[in-house]
Amino acid sequence: MKVNTMGILELKNLSLEFEDKKILNNLNLDFREGHIHAIVGPNGAGKSTLAYTIMGLSDYRDISGEIFFKDESIHNIDIDERARKGITLAWQEPARFEGLSTKKFLKAAAKDKSEENLRNALLSVGLSPDNYIDRAVDKTLSGGERKRIELASIYIMEPELVLLDEPDSGIDVAALEKIFEMIKVLKKRKTTVILITHSLTVLEQAEYAFLMCNGKIVDKGSVNKIAGYFRKKCVLCDHKNKPEPDVFEME
Amino acid sequence: MLKQKPDKFGLFDTTGFDHSVLEDPNSAHLVVHHNKVLGAHLVPGLHVDVEEMEDGINAKLVLDEGITIENPVHICFGMLPEKGIQKIVMDVDIKKDSGIMIYAHCTFPFAVDVQHIMDAKIHVGENAKYTYFERHIHGKQGGVKVYPKAIVHLDKRANFKTEFELIKGRVGLIDIDYETICRDESVMEMTARINGSGDDIIKIKEVGSLEGEGSRGVLTSRVAVRGNARADVYNKLTATAAYARGHVDCKEIIQDNGIATAIPIVEVRHPKAHITHEAAIGSVDSKELETLMARGLNEDEAVELIIEGLLS
Repeated sequence: MKVNTMGILELKNLSLEFEDKKILNNLNLDFREGHIHAIVGPNGAGKSTLAYTIMGLSDYRDISGEIFFKDESIHNIDIDERARKGITLAWQEPARFEGLSTKKFLKAAAKDKSEENLRNALLSVGLSPDNYIDRAVDKTLSGGERKRIELASIYIMEPELVLLDEPDSGIDVAALEKIFEMIKVLKKRKTTVILITHSLTVLEQAEYAFLMCNGKIVDKGSVNKIAGYFRKKCVLCDHKNKPEPDVFEME
Repeated sequence: MLKQKPDKFGLFDTTGFDHSVLEDPNSAHLVVHHNKVLGAHLVPGLHVDVEEMEDGINAKLVLDEGITIENPVHICFGMLPEKGIQKIVMDVDIKKDSGIMIYAHCTFPFAVDVQHIMDAKIHVGENAKYTYFERHIHGKQGGVKVYPKAIVHLDKRANFKTEFELIKGRVGLIDIDYETICRDESVMEMTARINGSGDDIIKIKEVGSLEGEGSRGVLTSRVAVRGNARADVYNKLTATAAYARGHVDCKEIIQDNGIATAIPIVEVRHPKAHITHEAAIGSVDSKELETLMARGLNEDEAVELIIEGLLS
């Protein structure tokens, strides 16, 4: 048991290798309870891998280092147990469930399984309950629709920590506004949010940001600071996920 | 426990379906226990002649030309004793420009050694529509052997849709053998949804012949096998006319020691015809599983929900 961390989630010397390549490289991070964080970085930086590792997905369990959630190590516990402790994840590309109705999908996650609550969850992401509650969460829905339904399932689950992987991926402008509204609702509920993104628009929703490159956190701080660096250097980066040497020298 | 001398309500109640439909004067029904007709009610334009045989019935169902039956017709076949044979021979003739939807409830809740044999010959006339949903309700013993066989002829612009569902209770042995022949611009959809467990054996053979110009057909199978269950699915769709369009779609989920095979055959003999197929066999998709687990369901609950969706 670890005690006295300031944040809700702490990563300590966290590393993950695939085929002798370090995808996560000795990460030490704290996430503050009830705040919106962003992990920003170019494609292939390891951002999604970090989210999957925190959630405990099956291919991301062979880590070194530690993950503490509310001062308790969650290194050795399964996804569902992490979820019951209050952690959840929204995928960049949500799963398709053949034949499974939106109602049953939402109900599976909900604390309050009443019809009214399920319908409110759909409304909260800008979807008409009458049009969606009996539809299957399958290939007949667009990626954006499934993404909003997935977010509705998170809203209704009432978790303490949410990992949102590329929340703007496949989303139109109007729907993105709804997703940003949802992030504000989560903030009001004092839910801790970690946005995984390479979008400056999404980054702007956060209060704190971490810049990730090549499996390392190379900078952290205010959104403006990280956005500035990301805009100037990462977007134009030709280092194929190998940061410039001076990046490693940053605090 | 009602086992030997049911009335029509007693047998129907074992299906879990509300028996008030048997009291609705605007809804036709036929209830057959073993070889006895327990109840029948017809509506204008629909004719059913039943001959009781030693181990079942011979039935002739005719829908008059130009008649569309508004409410679904409920047919209930079944046996409550633990042992026996029920053989249903059906001759169905849906005349030109007519339409009917049948819900067939087949119930064998206490079967230990029961055979249910269905042998159907179906003709759907020009521009007529015939929809047949067959839902099986079996007990937990797996003591049923089901042999549904049907040959279906569709006239020009006829529409035939059938769904076979066996989700509740153990399958036992099921051996489906359906064949449909389609004339010009006719449409057929044949779907089977079966949930196997224990040492259940599932055999599905669906064959469609798109012989008419512009005819269309879809063969769909959704099967889950758990425990030591086995499923063999054979779908064959042949197109021999211009603008015939077809699709074969088979998906099987296996868990535990289950075994599944799928043989989709598509045969096209006309340059202007087109048939596609897809088949997927395997365990539950890991992303679906982990999504549900990330909402707090344990692995068993998540698998159950995914399979429920697949078979719904």
